Amino acid sequence: MAMQFTDENFEAEVLKSDKPVLVDFWATWCGPCQMMGPIIEELAEEVKDKFKVGKLDVDENRSTAGEYAVMSIPTLIIFKDGKPVKQFVGVQSKEVLKSELEKI
Amino acid sequence: MYDLIIIGAGPAGLAASIYASRYKLNHIVIAKEPGGQAVEAHKVENWPGTESVSGLELTQKMRAHAEKLGAKVVMDSVLNIAKGENGFSVTAHTGEHRAKNIILALGMEYKKLAIPGEEEFRGKGVSYCPTCDAAFFGGKAVAVVGGANSAASAAQLLAEYASKVYLIYRGDKLKVDPAYEESLKKKENVEIIYQTNILEIMGEMTVSKVKLDKEYNGSNELDLKGVFVEIGSEPGVELPKQLGVDLDERGFILVNPDQSTNVSGLYAAGDATTGSNKLRQILTAAAEGAVATASVYKKTQIAS
Repeated sequence: MAMQFTDENFEAEVLKSDKPVLVDFWATWCGPCQMMGPIIEELAEEVKDKFKVGKLDVDENRSTAGEYAVMSIPTLIIFKDGKPVKQFVGVQSKEVLKSELEKI
Repeated sequence: MYDLIIIGAGPAGLAASIYASRYKLNHIVIAKEPGGQAVEAHKVENWPGTESVSGLELTQKMRAHAEKLGAKVVMDSVLNIAKGENGFSVTAHTGEHRAKNIILALGMEYKKLAIPGEEEFRGKGVSYCPTCDAAFFGGKAVAVVGGANSAASAAQLLAEYASKVYLIYRGDKLKVDPAYEESLKKKENVEIIYQTNILEIMGEMTVSKVKLDKEYNGSNELDLKGVFVEIGSEPGVELPKQLGVDLDERGFILVNPDQSTNVSGLYAAGDATTGSNKLRQILTAAAEGAVATASVYKKTQIAS
């Protein structure tokens, strides 16, 4: 199950995570984001031993979305040791995300 | 070896799959973005039997329908298709799949401006999806590039959020439905700049201005935070070219009335073909998908 990240838990769950984290910045009004949702769920399940994968609703968590200058959704950012290391804009396939996570 | 591999899961690919399941053709669907461009349609109001539905909901229902009938939808990008003696081999990230027949239901790709800064600032002010991103530009100035209905619709939506919307168009007269023209004129914060192109998108972390190819209000730079590119779509030609498929001068796949192409065993359906008089609707894409699968079925019946 993909995690739900929020302004409140972002530091603990993402920035201070031991594992690399993939965050899907999304919103309910965005069609392509709705397509991304099931892909993120599948990915989270498949890589759960090595990586943390979750979603952040930009509408409810504006401070975090603003911090990383998210201006287009879906945006996906991989964080490692508290820093963004790779960013994607637009819908991505599960395989691309998986192979990028493996490379980190 | 499958009877059929369908590449693409927009309305054409999903309709093709629904028919394939009913014909008992052993098949899979491979798609990078389920739903295709229809996902971004704010409202679909010409799908018979449903007065109004979002593109998202309609395509999700199509996918659920196809999967209920037994379709396997593989979410992956196709890298290469090769034709051998006994059929096709499709290489995706996850591996190779083989089939006797292929339906290309590839859809369209958004046209890019191809100017400096466009790629660099994608997601940092440059957007191709107004319905996704308009809300990030509340109280800010933005540009919409284009002069047809999609640009007008974007400008209209953005005017609800942005402080100022510059509609920048290279032509001297918009090519939009009269209803759009009228409603744009009523928006006080929309300004149309004709016969002008953006040469460069500039900024630091995010977009802060654009450079124009002629002066506007005494300057060839315009301060703004967002650039929405709405200059239409074009068919992706990479996969058909690999297979030696005949295309028209604009890159659309030339199809016969049965949706076959010049390559034996290879069919095409949806917006990227020359079919349906290029009407390019969800309705015609789905219809072409059905015709393509029926042609594959007919061929397998003759062969057996």
